[in-house]
Amino acid sequence: MSILNKFAPLRQTYDQLRAVGQNPFEMVFDEMFSPTEGLHKGRRTILLGTNNYLGLTFDQECIDASVEVLKAQGTGTTGSRIANGSYSGHRRLETDLAQFFGRKHCMVFSTGYQANLGMLSTLAGKGDYLLLDSDSHASIYDGARLGHAEVVRFRHNDPDDLAKRLRRLSSEPGAKLVVVEGIYSMLGDAAPLKEMAAVKREAGAWMMVDEAHSLGVLGANGRGLAEEAGVEADVDFVVGTFSKSLGSVGGFCVSDIDGFDVLRVGCRPYMFTASLPPSVMTSTITALQRLQQSPELRTKLHANAHRLYNGLKDLGFKVGPQPNPIVSVALDDPMLAVAFWNRLLEGGVYLNLALPPATPSNLPLLRSSVSAAHTFEQIDRVVQLFETVGRQMGVLAALPPMRRSKPSPVAFPANVELEPVMALGAR
Amino acid sequence: MNERVSDTREQIVEGLRQIVPASVPVLGTTHIMRDLNLDSLAVMDFMLTLEDKFDIVISLDKIAEVETLDDLVAVVDQLRARKLKS
Repeated sequence: MSILNKFAPLRQTYDQLRAVGQNPFEMVFDEMFSPTEGLHKGRRTILLGTNNYLGLTFDQECIDASVEVLKAQGTGTTGSRIANGSYSGHRRLETDLAQFFGRKHCMVFSTGYQANLGMLSTLAGKGDYLLLDSDSHASIYDGARLGHAEVVRFRHNDPDDLAKRLRRLSSEPGAKLVVVEGIYSMLGDAAPLKEMAAVKREAGAWMMVDEAHSLGVLGANGRGLAEEAGVEADVDFVVGTFSKSLGSVGGFCVSDIDGFDVLRVGCRPYMFTASLPPSVMTSTITALQRLQQSPELRTKLHANAHRLYNGLKDLGFKVGPQPNPIVSVALDDPMLAVAFWNRLLEGGVYLNLALPPATPSNLPLLRSSVSAAHTFEQIDRVVQLFETVGRQMGVLAALPPMRRSKPSPVAFPANVELEPVMALGAR
Repeated sequence: MNERVSDTREQIVEGLRQIVPASVPVLGTTHIMRDLNLDSLAVMDFMLTLEDKFDIVISLDKIAEVETLDDLVAVVDQLRARKLKS
């Protein structure tokens, strides 16, 4: 009996995905041309699932600064900051982030996942309570599991439900830390943060906001949902990542709390892992400057997001509750979603496939993340491909005969109908 | 105590009946995930409804202890008793 036998149901699902076509979890891009285009199996493919919100991965200033530091300081730190010491870049990045957020303190982590793992497991200890939105990201759940606090869920984006649960805990002596996300990664919906903050204040709880998908996206200065909702003073801890709008890798937490620095010697996911390489920190520092100097990137990002969201919604697809750079289409059946995803890829568009139970409402999702670097032409091409595939697969009603160039078979391949879309420039 | 246990069981079964087909038996030894074909998310969402029904807090580590209906009844009953004491 193999130690892997317990994964038999997962193996079955995995094999089913392979049988349908390209396995969405085994994608390989042979080349990256830009933030919005890569080469997959010889086909130039629009990248619409990379969370590269500001398109800074190919920013010349970021690349130049990073290369210079790479040559001067080498490829890696080869260890943790408590063992090997910090580079000047670690401190500089922390100072810049703290300044950007208007906070006293900042700690940088090696990934955004580790930032949540570290902060949640360390801040809330035995006898304390973590109150998590039910749709929280895996890194939040995993951080909660790593620590010793009692973990309580509340209904997604429901301030009244949070208030009810805090009231039930009111006689318990431990600290209560409420954890929400700026923009939720599956449907792109933002937290009702003003109302959540009022509940937190009333209950005397603490609050952490994960701005992973909202940093550089929301707020007049790009500081995220807390800035946009005008409640930064109520948010005790902001965590986030560099691997989305800042185009590199790493994570952080900023706070005004007195004594914050003790976490540097109490937070295991910070202490016992290799620190960020100097070139990565430099590109992140430069990207943070670009984020602040170029508000037009946010304007373009939102214009693109609205164009995609409204384009898909107008066609009749089930999209998330509000237009944000994450635009998800919900389908009724997982295998239909897998087939749809494969058709999009064959048509030259890559996005994310999210399958239950990792999705809200247990529906499979075709999840897009829009970039400021996308052109309107690319967005329009995506909408057109969605329409073509949607009609072919019966997700959308078939067009009247006048507009139909071919019968709309549910069965595939149907490359005849996909060709015109690809000919628009996806190749 | 016995009366309360009985009441707890009845209310939990009533809740489960709303999310599993009537043809599926729900007994004390029923394994909640495997026998009722519920995934982990469905179980956690069901716990939210139980929390509201009984006005208690069921933390995730308590949920992790639960395999069968009997386990769940014991956890909920313990939390209800604790609430009455406080």
